[in-house]
Amino acid sequence: MDIGVALLSGFLATALAPFVFSVMRGAAGWGLAVVPAAIFAYFCTYLGSLPAEGVSVAFPWAADFGLRLSFRLDGLSLLFTLLISGMGAIVIVYAGGYLAGDERLGRLYALLLAFMASMLGVVLSDNLIAIFVFWELTSITSYLLIGFDHERPAARAAALQALIITGGGGLALLAGFVLLAQVGIAAGLSLTEAQEVSAWVSAGVSAGESPLYGAILVLVLLGAFTKSAQFPFHFWLPGAMEAPTPVSAYLHSATMVKAGVYLLARLTPLLGDTPAWQWSLMGAGTTTMLVGAMLAIQARDLKIILAHSTVSALGLLVLLLGLGSEIAAAAAMAFILAHALYKGALFLIAGAVDHGAGTRDVDKLSGLWRAMPITAIAAAAAALAMAAVPPFFGFIAKEIFYGVALEGPAATFIISSAVAASAIFVVVALMVGLGPFWGKYSQAASHAHEVSWNVWVGPVALASVGLMLGLVPWFVDEPLLSPATQAVLGRPEPTALHLALWHGWNLPLALSLATLAGGIALYCLRRPFAAALAPLSAKGPANIYDYSLAGFLKFADLLTHTVQSGYLRYYLMTVFAAFIGLIGFTAFIREQTFPSLSDIDIQVHEAGIYVLIPLACWATIRAPSRLAAIVALGVVGYSVALIFVFFGAPDLAMTQFLVETLTVVLFVFVFYRLPTQQRISSFPARVRDAAIAVTVGCIVTGLVLFTTETSRNRELTEYYVAHSVPEAHGRNIVNVILVDFRALDTLGEITVLVLAAVGVYSLIKLRPPEDFSK
Amino acid sequence: MSRLILQTATRFMMPLLLLFSIFLLMRGHNLPGGGFIGGLIGASAFALYALAYDVPTAQRILRIDGHVLLAAGLIVALVVTCAPLAWDLPMLTHRYSWIELPLVGIGDLALGTPLLFDLGVYLVVLGASLTIIFSLVEE
Repeated sequence: MDIGVALLSGFLATALAPFVFSVMRGAAGWGLAVVPAAIFAYFCTYLGSLPAEGVSVAFPWAADFGLRLSFRLDGLSLLFTLLISGMGAIVIVYAGGYLAGDERLGRLYALLLAFMASMLGVVLSDNLIAIFVFWELTSITSYLLIGFDHERPAARAAALQALIITGGGGLALLAGFVLLAQVGIAAGLSLTEAQEVSAWVSAGVSAGESPLYGAILVLVLLGAFTKSAQFPFHFWLPGAMEAPTPVSAYLHSATMVKAGVYLLARLTPLLGDTPAWQWSLMGAGTTTMLVGAMLAIQARDLKIILAHSTVSALGLLVLLLGLGSEIAAAAAMAFILAHALYKGALFLIAGAVDHGAGTRDVDKLSGLWRAMPITAIAAAAAALAMAAVPPFFGFIAKEIFYGVALEGPAATFIISSAVAASAIFVVVALMVGLGPFWGKYSQAASHAHEVSWNVWVGPVALASVGLMLGLVPWFVDEPLLSPATQAVLGRPEPTALHLALWHGWNLPLALSLATLAGGIALYCLRRPFAAALAPLSAKGPANIYDYSLAGFLKFADLLTHTVQSGYLRYYLMTVFAAFIGLIGFTAFIREQTFPSLSDIDIQVHEAGIYVLIPLACWATIRAPSRLAAIVALGVVGYSVALIFVFFGAPDLAMTQFLVETLTVVLFVFVFYRLPTQQRISSFPARVRDAAIAVTVGCIVTGLVLFTTETSRNRELTEYYVAHSVPEAHGRNIVNVILVDFRALDTLGEITVLVLAAVGVYSLIKLRPPEDFSK
Repeated sequence: MSRLILQTATRFMMPLLLLFSIFLLMRGHNLPGGGFIGGLIGASAFALYALAYDVPTAQRILRIDGHVLLAAGLIVALVVTCAPLAWDLPMLTHRYSWIELPLVGIGDLALGTPLLFDLGVYLVVLGASLTIIFSLVEE
């Protein structure tokens, strides 16, 4: 097994998931969780044994563009792969219990596994374009997962919002990557190397000096900030809470939203170390951290509270990467791990509470511990980790963060923001992890019940790991967090971080105690405090999104109504008028004369046809009934087929005959359903139509005559004649061209035919129910 | 409305038309014919049946849904297209067996992948025509 197989197995499991579900039903969660669990176990074997330069594997891709599909596992990737696969196994088991008995579970498993594989692709890819492709795949799977309940308009709108924002950011990212590769080439890297992050790092090249740096920075930050819900793009994340809870826990807290943070960390050696980088990350990070915290305290729904606090935590991570020192990178890595453990657990618990007590409103929930004892204990452990209480791992991460903030630039401002946000984390922890379970016996608690064990096992596992890592931090120090930190900084030599619960009596410890005390005080005063903040929290950027989307739709509506009349006759008229304008005009300018008709010699039997066709055309136009018109039109078609016969094109003639027959049959079939024939166009309109028709006819005649006059290059024809029998074993050149010489064209044509048939079928047969659009 | 003459005639025409459509498919490589024309003949046989009886009856005779034929045809053509890749040959490299059947009206038929590809075209054309005709008529 290598990292390529690990990546591929996720996509393979996606394809199999619906079938596994239909066979194993209730046990499918366990069966499918084996895949992420195996990937997790595989990546665990690299703990402590990961070579300093990482493990690489590459496949040929588009060599002409210098593209290799290259994957590389280093410390940073290892941290993320473990989070993605470990959390993936837990979430799949959890989903089996959370949506037990739901027929759509097969689809959910497939989408979750597809997301997992895409996310592994993001963190394992070394090639920039591959990162982009997997990045967009995570956006698409996220779209499908948020809109999982696709019959609810709110879920669809939230899914679209997330897709537009993260997908738009992804496009900016692609542009940024393209520019970045240009800079790499200018700095002396080869075309292949310029597109691979590891090549930049080992060559020690940075884009900081390039004149394109500003543009690259803006584009890359747009990608990362939209994905990681940084202010002002933060509003899509609470919206994404429309997704089923397993999805929120997996994508929107533990993994996908950290993709932006991952990207910033990954590109730090290439783009970091400039004041522009430092200040934009610190500015966006601090703002997001404060805005998220402020919004979290005002929400009432468990999941929305957690979503806002996740936004805040993502801001904190971006701030840490902006600070840029070695210890800041270490703090970021430790906090990514701590946050995934406690926030993942709390999201799963929010789902369990929803399941067990029937509501997620914090005002209605209290005293659940009697009914849901196991969930209550897991919730308490996760909440204590979030509140950064020792001996949980969350405390260690918080301590390093304070230490970093005290030493960095603008220390006073940063540390006070950090303490404020952390105090609100304490409030959130109390609101989500303790409030619902303890206190007085509520209405909701009276009919609550403990959730099934595949639902509680995940949160219990995550909370226990959070506690264990607090007690034995050296377990993840040198094997995991230290290599990750070095990968962020682009240095090969890992050094231990010396994570510990106890650092002696110092300022960070005092700040931690102050945060805890402040948080508890704020929890008691949270209602008046939230009321005081309310005026500050108007929808803001979300409004801009709503207005732009509404305006855009209005514009599209206007344009459609202007361009699309909905009448076939006007479309035909447009097409033919354009034909006259483009082809006719060009021909007139170039040639000035109409090709001569004199040197064409016409046989008697042909002449009959040439007389018949105009007569049948005239009959079609003047026909008193539709049936007569159809028959007359059929005469025209068959006459054209006869011309093909005269000029030695039997295949073409046969096809023309058959198409003509089927068209007539089809007309006869639908004939009865049409309203009775009426004259609907006025006399001037008919004159106009006649003018267009005659002009088109003349131009086509002219073009045909012109083509026959020109001497043709016979090389190709001769090639086909010479090679048809010896190489293709066929004497009918037309057919040999269709199935052999130019079979790829035929494949394209039948694909179009299939699409057209599917289009007709779905337009006619698969009409949505009447109230679908509402 | 009684359509006795049309219905009786259709019963005799149907097998002839279907045989003819397969005949055209097979002779296409040497003489006028091929998957496209054969598919159209096949479609017109079923359209005739639908005209004489009704669409559900024609559908029952066909046994397979038009859109299944569509998909099957495209898959056959795609398999023929991509299979050579497995032997490291360029896409659409055709192969022939040693068999050459000397058939009346068809010529020396070289059995090989082009015929299979043409079968894919045949199925797509048959499926597409019938899908469009049947759904328009049923509406």
